[in-house]
Amino acid sequence: MADQADFAELAMPLMDSLYSGAMRMTRNPADAEDLLQETYLKAYRGFGGFTEGTNLKAWLYRILTNTYINMYRKKQRRPDETDLADVEDLFLYRRIGGLEGATLGQSAEEELLKSFTEYEVKEALDGLSDNFRTVVLLADVEGFAYKEIAEILDIPIGTVMSRLHRGRKAMQKALFEFARERRLLPDDTTSQEAARNG
Amino acid sequence: MDDEHGHSDEKSSDGFDMASLDPCAQALQQMFEYLDGELTDDRRDKIKSHLDFCAPCLQGFDFEAELRTVIARNCQEQVPDSLRQRIQAQLGIEE
Repeated sequence: MADQADFAELAMPLMDSLYSGAMRMTRNPADAEDLLQETYLKAYRGFGGFTEGTNLKAWLYRILTNTYINMYRKKQRRPDETDLADVEDLFLYRRIGGLEGATLGQSAEEELLKSFTEYEVKEALDGLSDNFRTVVLLADVEGFAYKEIAEILDIPIGTVMSRLHRGRKAMQKALFEFARERRLLPDDTTSQEAARNG
Repeated sequence: MDDEHGHSDEKSSDGFDMASLDPCAQALQQMFEYLDGELTDDRRDKIKSHLDFCAPCLQGFDFEAELRTVIARNCQEQVPDSLRQRIQAQLGIEE
C-alpha cells in the first residue's frame, strides 16, 4: 500500500508529463489546467490504491484519461475513422522520394524533419480524433508500451495497435500538408531554396 | 473498419500471411512494432538482418524513427508555475 505522505515526492515530478497529456487531450490550456488539477486531486485521494513498485506514470495517466472522458466526453461519439484506413506506411518519406529501391541523400530527410515547427507538430496531433490522438500521445510522446496503453485505456492490445497505426499515418498526412503549404514538398530544389530563404 | 474489436489489416503479428510478401514488404509490415520494441526476438532479428543489407528500407526505418523524436520533442509542455502552486496548495503539499 502506498503511503499518502510519499505522494508529493513521487507524483509531483511527473506533473510536466501529465500536463503535456492534458494539453494534447483537451487542446486548450484552461481545460488542461482543470483536468490536471482534478487528476492530481483524485490521485492523491486514491493513492492508497496504488501498488508500490508498479508504474506510477501509467497509474496517473489512467486517472487522467478516465477523468478526461468523464469531464469532456459525456456524450460518447463514434470517432471518425473512415478516411484513415488507406494511408500507406512511410507516407511522408515516400513524398520525398524514398523507398521503391531508392536511397536518398540525407539532406532531403533532414531538411524536411527540421522544418516542422512545434506549432505544426502539435496541430497535426491535435487534429486527430480522441481515440487516435490518445494512443499516439501515449506511445510516441510518453513512450508507453502497447501493454501499458491497453491497461491505461482498458482496451485490447489489438485495438491499441490498429489505432496507433492509423493515428500515426493520419498525423503524417497532416504534417505533409504543412510541408506542402510551405512548398517544402514535393521535392523541388528551387522551391526548397525559396522556403529556406523566405 | 471495426476498430473496437481489434480486427485490422494492419495487425501484422498474427493471422497475416507474411510469407506471401517480399522481404521489404515484410519488414515494412512490421515496422511500427519493430521500432516500438514490441516484436519477439525472433522476428526482430529477421528484420534486423534485412535492414543490414537493404539500404532503402533502413533509410525508411530511420526516417520513421527520427520523425518520432521530432514529434516527442515538440509535444512537451511545462506546467505553469501558478497551476503547480495551486495543486500543491490544494493537496496541502509544502514546496
